[in-house]
Amino acid sequence: MLRHQFEDASQQRESAVLGMWVFLATEIMFFGGLFAAYTAYRYQYGAGFAAASHHLNMLLGAANTAVLLTSSLTMALAVHAAQVGKKPAHIAGLLVLTMLLGCAFLGIKAVEYHDKFVHHLVPGASFVWEGTLTRQAEMFYYLYFAMTGLHAIHMLAGVGVVLVVAILAARGRYTPQYHNPLEITGLYWHFVDIIWVFLFPLLYLIA
Amino acid sequence: MTTSEPTMPPVHYLNCDYSIRSWLLTQDHKRIALLFLVSITVFFLLGSTYAGMIRTELLTPNGNVVSHQNYNKLFTMHGLIMIFFFLIPSIPTVLGNFLIPMMIGARDLAFPRLNLASWYVYTLGGIFTITAAVAGGVDTGWTFYTPYSSIYSHTNVTTMAVGVFITGFSSIFTGLNFIVTIHKMRAPGLTWFRLPLFVWAIYATSIIMVLGTPVIAITLAMVGLERVFHIGIFDPALGGDPLLFQHLFWFYSHPAVYIMILPSMGVVSELIACFSRNRIFGYKIVAFSSVAIAVVGFLVWGHHMFVSGQSAYAGLIFSFLSFLVAIPSAIKVFNWTATLYKGSISYDAPMLYALGFIGLFTIGGVTGLFLATLGMDVHVHDTYFVVAHFHYIMVGGAIMGYMGGLHFWWPKITGRLYPEQWARLAALVIFLGFNLTFFPQFILGYLGMPRRYHTYPAEFQVLNVMSSAGASILGVGYMLPLFYLLWSLRRGPIAGPNPWGAKGLEWLTPSPPPTENFEQTPVVTEEAYAYRPEENASG
Amino acid sequence: MSNHILPIKTYVAVFIALMVLLAATVAINRVSLGELNIVAALSIAVVKTFLVVLFFMHVRYSHRLIWIFVGVGFYWLTILLALSMTDFLSRTWPPLGR
Repeated sequence: MLRHQFEDASQQRESAVLGMWVFLATEIMFFGGLFAAYTAYRYQYGAGFAAASHHLNMLLGAANTAVLLTSSLTMALAVHAAQVGKKPAHIAGLLVLTMLLGCAFLGIKAVEYHDKFVHHLVPGASFVWEGTLTRQAEMFYYLYFAMTGLHAIHMLAGVGVVLVVAILAARGRYTPQYHNPLEITGLYWHFVDIIWVFLFPLLYLIA
Repeated sequence: MTTSEPTMPPVHYLNCDYSIRSWLLTQDHKRIALLFLVSITVFFLLGSTYAGMIRTELLTPNGNVVSHQNYNKLFTMHGLIMIFFFLIPSIPTVLGNFLIPMMIGARDLAFPRLNLASWYVYTLGGIFTITAAVAGGVDTGWTFYTPYSSIYSHTNVTTMAVGVFITGFSSIFTGLNFIVTIHKMRAPGLTWFRLPLFVWAIYATSIIMVLGTPVIAITLAMVGLERVFHIGIFDPALGGDPLLFQHLFWFYSHPAVYIMILPSMGVVSELIACFSRNRIFGYKIVAFSSVAIAVVGFLVWGHHMFVSGQSAYAGLIFSFLSFLVAIPSAIKVFNWTATLYKGSISYDAPMLYALGFIGLFTIGGVTGLFLATLGMDVHVHDTYFVVAHFHYIMVGGAIMGYMGGLHFWWPKITGRLYPEQWARLAALVIFLGFNLTFFPQFILGYLGMPRRYHTYPAEFQVLNVMSSAGASILGVGYMLPLFYLLWSLRRGPIAGPNPWGAKGLEWLTPSPPPTENFEQTPVVTEEAYAYRPEENASG
Repeated sequence: MSNHILPIKTYVAVFIALMVLLAATVAINRVSLGELNIVAALSIAVVKTFLVVLFFMHVRYSHRLIWIFVGVGFYWLTILLALSMTDFLSRTWPPLGR
């Protein structure tokens, strides 16, 4: 398990964890461009944003937040299980649960997206807005789709990675001494969760 | 210097395996550095070709070589290729990749596979760029300003944006790898304040790569969406704000200037110390100034937007903050100069580049202060004054450092010395050619010649002819190393482990080094640049 | 960066706190507080982030270096937002110099 460039297991583990955190800092800035756009337009187009936000289903948004927070718990428990040396099936089970919750999130998101398609709220030529401030509302939906879409892509990637890690866990690869891939996958998963924790109030809760 | 005849080790990283596979799937940071060296040289030649065509067109006041449309494509492609595919990766991916593990006494970078992935990602981005070039180029200027880029331009903007987007990840991978490596892989005894200043500079550069690059990636993705699907975010006709694009673009692209110059500053610190046989004066403050440039560099981007319609209040803030960057930059120049004082200076080719760097960077930096001044910038914005300013930083600074570093570490990379007299000649030709090319452009810009036009009033012709003549001399200067460095691969004298008598862990191992860099992990017991241990006992 | 093991009940407690905060966000949104609504919602999001980062992501028990990189990510985002907003916020202010 120790790769040739490292002196010992703790150096390897610390490098993996630090590497993931540096990557997450990059991710913050990747989403940051969209957050900056959101801030600038929200300031300028406050009224239109509020009107447009009313068409989002707050209950579905809240339910999705709960789903993601729960998946974060199962992910944290999976890492914990590896730390204390639980059986492979135990670790893999928690990871599969995490994955399923991730899929549930994406399912609810798909229902919401479908609803927006049906109601012509997708920005572009087919956008229909009943009321004033059409451009402002369209900008809100642009940001809605861009931000949640980028987040959903991260979720898809996360589900894929968790699947791989779950398979490896089921094969008994992770022990209390070595579970770096599981640990850094967990960090990524929690990060994607945090992004949603901000997206929910910014998009769904504009009174 | 060694007394006996220097020898080459029987087995080293270059001859341990000759198969194509051993190169394309290598995880050795030294081989990946060479893969990058070849790639960026190809792009440098391509970018230089565009520059040559620009200078040919500008020989005469009338646009009689290329059409205005093609001229737009020439300067756009020149800028894009030189910035994203040569200047930004140049020193980090070649010298940084080769040297960082050796300078810190490690066997490799922390993530060798990620390092290889970085080269493949760079290559993929490069393929998109060459595709865009072959398909007819891009005419937006390297800045991709919206809404022209996102709605109106009929050139290959999308392909090019995809290329830049992809290449950005190469930058991120490399930066991430360096940060982790420098934090976690240092040899025993190698504390932060014993690190060579090149390592500090690469660390600061990596911070910018990791935190800035994602912003331009997402911004170009939004430009692509607007262009392909006509969904507005930057187009005023669709309710967007073009200035938002400029904010996001310059948030990365101004710090990107420091991605280009900081590594060169690191190289120059190594060269000045070695060839004046002195410890860098004020080591700690030079080290911190690199980090300060990286941080403050993120606070100044609005000075590119003084005449864009940005609020004048924001302009005031950005103007003030821009002056702050001058402080750490000036500290470096003063400290390099002070290092020369009472040094035993030898004028080998790398030192000539380093001294050239100090002079040219100073001119580039001081004219930067002119441009940071809000009132002055309104006068010279979008003129050749700006063009001359940033070429003094990027060519006079960044490329001088790159060339100096390439010569300095060439014996380590290849095990052979380059021909010294030819190298000195090339350094002088480059210095003279560079100044003849770009100094007249300061005057042209001050007199009011705008950039990005293929015609100009006849009164500007003398200075433009001087500039074009200088460009051809500069071209000769760049071709010389291409020939004599290739020649030295087979015919150069054997270098031995430390031909310069330089300090630093990379000189303790044979040239070329073995795949694992060091037979035993070195233990560091002295400060960096301990050229005169008796004088620098206190550090 | 020790491999610190938290008891399961810490994770469960953090999870319950997160759920309570989620309920609080939704509840506060029902009351119209004007500008304060967004402030409250974002404050709760920040608290949630702290909980996830400190416990689920083990940062509370991590090396100082990790703290620095967590801070750096959010600090740089602040730079991007704050300095670009200097432009958008002051565009409607009276022109300078007259």
